[in-house]
Amino acid sequence: MKITCNGETKEITPDTTLMSFIRDMDLNPDTVVAECDGRIIKRDEYDTLLLSEGNLLELIRFVGGG
Amino acid sequence: MLKVNEQTVPYKDGMRLKDLVDTHKPGADLFIVNGFPVAPDTMLADGDTCCLIRRGEMPTAEEMESLLAARHTPGVHEAVKKASVGIMGLGGLGTVVAGALARIGVGKLILADFDVVEPSNLNRQQYSISQIGEKKTEALRKNLLQMNPYVTIETVDGLLTEKSIPLVFKNVDVLAECFDDPAMKAAALRTVLTNMTGTGYVGSSGLAGYGDNNAIRTKKIHANVFIIGDGTSAAGPGQGLMAPRVGIAAHHQANQILRILLGKD
Repeated sequence: MKITCNGETKEITPDTTLMSFIRDMDLNPDTVVAECDGRIIKRDEYDTLLLSEGNLLELIRFVGGG
Repeated sequence: MLKVNEQTVPYKDGMRLKDLVDTHKPGADLFIVNGFPVAPDTMLADGDTCCLIRRGEMPTAEEMESLLAARHTPGVHEAVKKASVGIMGLGGLGTVVAGALARIGVGKLILADFDVVEPSNLNRQQYSISQIGEKKTEALRKNLLQMNPYVTIETVDGLLTEKSIPLVFKNVDVLAECFDDPAMKAAALRTVLTNMTGTGYVGSSGLAGYGDNNAIRTKKIHANVFIIGDGTSAAGPGQGLMAPRVGIAAHHQANQILRILLGKD
């Protein structure tokens, strides 16, 4: 199954949640803003949102410092 | 014609600077002509720009207005003056962003932080030794009022959350995210994109260390929503937060805020 993440095509297995996808990218889910097909995903939906074929995902990652 | 304390004054042959004191600045004790300090009996020439100063005196609101309008053009000044900007986090980014916005005459600033000034902050945050231990909100308020006494300042002394941000900042034109904690950076952007559409937003990510100046970029995420930084330089062991690079990012933020306020996106 293919999705597009930040402009790149990614192959994922069925049943991939947003949370597992973010972790597979070696990112900390608490520091990521996720937009899926134009919708901003609430933090408490990361565990349950199942990615599906053709999703357009944008992940905005933050690092510390201010 | 002369320009005296931002006002146009007719020139007459033989005029000396001291002739202007009674009418323009009684008690003046510092005299500047065309940018250079001079003696009060200096002869003036047509076209000179004169500044008469009484040391230690607070400029009036009208004087500050005319100084800002002259430098920024009246149209820009009016737009900036009626603007309201929220600043979340008053550290290396927030203190610099706030200073830049106060100096250009942004009408209202809402300053939010839960912390007090610590000695370790002074390598990059715009506080001074005498302010160690003070609440950052109060210390910064005092500092900003020294830069521009006519900015309206509100303070929010406490932790912000994803839920509270839209309530605390519901009336701002632009929100500056100057947090240290990456989870709060993400939470703030998430809540703005969800609950504050229409509000300008300028966030930050990746500004630690002393890497390439030009790796600090201003990236547009959505209409009027921007993230500034190199995206990767996290604060951590071996890569501290330092005044120069944090300052570059902060001024990117401040200029982007100004651009949003002026409709330049």
